[in-house]
Amino acid sequence: MEASTTSRGRFGVHGGQYIPETLMNAVIELEEAYDRYRDDPDFNAELERLFNEYANRPSLLYFAKNMTEDLGGARVYLKREDLNHTGAHKVNNVLGQALLAKRMGKTRLIAETGAGQHGVATATAAALMGMECVVYMGTEDMERQALNVYRMRLLGAEVRGVSSGTGTLKDAVSETFREWTARIADTHYCLGSVMGPHPFPTMVRDFQAVISREARQQCLDATGKLPDAVLACVGGGSNAIGSFYHFIDDKSVRLIGCEAAGRGVDTYETAATMATGSMGIFHGMKSYFCQNEYGQIAPVYSISAGLDYPGIGPEHAWLADTGRAEYVPVTDDEAVDAFEYLSRTEGVIPAIESAHAVAHAMRLAPTMTPDQIIIVTLSGRGDKDVAAIARYRGEDLHE
Amino acid sequence: MSNIARAFERPAFIPFVTAGDPSLDVTEELIVAMAEAGADMIELGIPFSDPTAEGVVIQDANERACAGGVTTDDVFDMVARVRGRVDIPLVFMTYANVVYSYGIERFAARQEEVGMDGVILPDVPFEEKEEFDSVFAAHDLDVVSLIAPTSNERIRTIAGAARGFVYCVSSLGVTGVRTNITTDIGAMVSLVREVTDIPVAVGFGISTPEQASRMASLSDGAIVGSAIVKIIAREGEACVGPVTDYVRTMAEAVHSI
Repeated sequence: MEASTTSRGRFGVHGGQYIPETLMNAVIELEEAYDRYRDDPDFNAELERLFNEYANRPSLLYFAKNMTEDLGGARVYLKREDLNHTGAHKVNNVLGQALLAKRMGKTRLIAETGAGQHGVATATAAALMGMECVVYMGTEDMERQALNVYRMRLLGAEVRGVSSGTGTLKDAVSETFREWTARIADTHYCLGSVMGPHPFPTMVRDFQAVISREARQQCLDATGKLPDAVLACVGGGSNAIGSFYHFIDDKSVRLIGCEAAGRGVDTYETAATMATGSMGIFHGMKSYFCQNEYGQIAPVYSISAGLDYPGIGPEHAWLADTGRAEYVPVTDDEAVDAFEYLSRTEGVIPAIESAHAVAHAMRLAPTMTPDQIIIVTLSGRGDKDVAAIARYRGEDLHE
Repeated sequence: MSNIARAFERPAFIPFVTAGDPSLDVTEELIVAMAEAGADMIELGIPFSDPTAEGVVIQDANERACAGGVTTDDVFDMVARVRGRVDIPLVFMTYANVVYSYGIERFAARQEEVGMDGVILPDVPFEEKEEFDSVFAAHDLDVVSLIAPTSNERIRTIAGAARGFVYCVSSLGVTGVRTNITTDIGAMVSLVREVTDIPVAVGFGISTPEQASRMASLSDGAIVGSAIVKIIAREGEACVGPVTDYVRTMAEAVHSI
C-alpha cells in the first residue's frame, strides 16, 4: 500500500512533493498563491487578455485536407499551438506563471529548457513583465539549439550552460532546482512541464488546459461532434495534458500520447518512459522514469531535445495506470519522416517534438473511417529544427 | 531507539564520504581511519546519478562512483565487511529513488542486517516521510529529519516527529564549502529543543576547525562533507592519509569545546 497521510498533489499513487526541506516553504507559498488566484476574476481576465492580445490565442483548429485525402481514413485536424507567439504551447504556461509570480512579489524568473522553447517563452514573459530571467540549459542542448540560445539572450535573459550528467534537459532541471534552493525570496522557478513537486503538475496543466478547452469547442463548431482521438507528443507531458484535459470525461475520445523512442524502445538510445520505464521518485515526484534496477536515472536519447527527458508527469502516469490514456513510442526515423511529410503535404513545418504526434497520426488515420476525426496537437513550429533535420539527412548545414 | 544517540555522548564530529569514490576498497579504509581519528559517526553516501541537493564537489564524487559501477548491493557488502572493524554509528545519505527502487522494506532489512543505523534522504521532506519512516522504524532504524533556514514554523513540527538526530542545514543552497555561515543556528536549535531532546547536528558549508567547533557549540555536532570529498578528489587512491589528518584536526576542534 502506497499511502502518505500528509502528502499533497497526488494522481493515484503518483505526484507528491519529494524536494529538499529548504524548498518546502517556497512550494507551499506557491500553492497558496495559486489557490488564491486560480479562481480570481481579475487574475483570469488579465491572463486571458495576455493570451488573446499578446500570445495570439485562440489558436486555430485547422482541417488538414491534403493529409486527410492522402492518408485515406479519419479526418485529421491540427491544433495549431505552433502559431502562438514564441512558436509553441510553452507560452500558455509561462504567461500564467509569470503573472502569478508577479502577484507574489517575485522579481526574478529562473527556468530549465531542453529544446529552448520553454526558455524562450520564459525570457519573453520576463521581458514583457520587466523581470530578471536566468535559463539553465544542458550544454549538449545549447549546441543542438544554438539559435534559441541567442534568442533568449536577445530577449534579455542570461543562459547558463549545464554540463553535469548528460548535459541535457534532466540536468538543466536539477540545476534549476539547485539554484532555487540558493535563492528563494525574490525568485520563482517557472517550471516548463507538468512535472516536479506539487503544485507544478496541477498548475501547469491548468494553464495548458486552454488547448483542449478551445479544441473541444472548435471541433464541435466545425464538425458537430467530438473527435475520436486526440494525439500529442509527450516528454514531461505539458502539451499532451493540455490537449487531453477537457476530453478526459468524454469517454469516447481516445487520448494518445506519443513518446520519443529515439533509435527504438529495444535500444538504450530511447526516451520512451512509458514503454521502457518503471516507478520511481525523482525531480520532486513519484511517477514513471527510465532507470536501471538500482534507480539510477538512465541517460536517455531522442533526436528531439524537448522530449529527451527520462520521466513523465504524474498525471500521465495515472492516466496510463487507469487506462484512460494510451502512450505509444515513435522513433527518430518516423518523426523525421513526419516532419518532412507535413511540410510537403500541408505547408506546415512542425517542431520535431510535434512531428512525433504527426507520425502516429499517419499510422492511425488509415485504420479509421472518414466519419471519424483525429485532432493532432502541433505543439510548436519547426524552424528551430531545420538545420538538425538537414544534418540528419546527411547535409552539411549549420546555423 | 537506534545506536545514533551514542555518537552524541560528546560534541560529535560527523564526516561524510561517497561510497565508491575513488573505490569501495578505499572507502572501507577511509571509514576505519576516520573512526580511529575521532569521528563520532560517519555519513556514507550511496551514489546517485542525479544528486539534486549536492553542490558540484559531491556531484562529481557521485559521478565518479557511478562511473566506477558501484551499486547499492556493492555498498551493502562493503558495509558488512567494515562493520567488523568499526563500532561507531553509521548512517547512509542517499536519494529517495535509490531506496524506493531497491524496495523500501528490502532496503531497510538489508540495512539492519549489515549494521547501518539510519538514513538521510534529502529529497524526502516531512510531508513524504511516512512512507519510508514506517518501514525503517519497524527495523529500529532512523530516517533522519532535516531542517533548513527557510523552515521557520515548520521546525517544531519536523523536530517533534524526528528520530535519531535532527540535521540542521546551515545555509540556503546545496552542499559545498562556504566562507561564512550567516544563518542564526542558535535560534533554529532552540526551536528544536522546545519539542525534543534528540541531538541536533549542523551541516552544509563547514570546512575549517573554527567553523566546526562554533557549529558544534551551538548544537550537538558538526557534519563535514565537501571539504573531505575535495581531498579525496585531489588525492585519489592516496587519500586515506590526508583525509585522516584532516579529520583528526576537525574532530579535535569539536571535542575541545
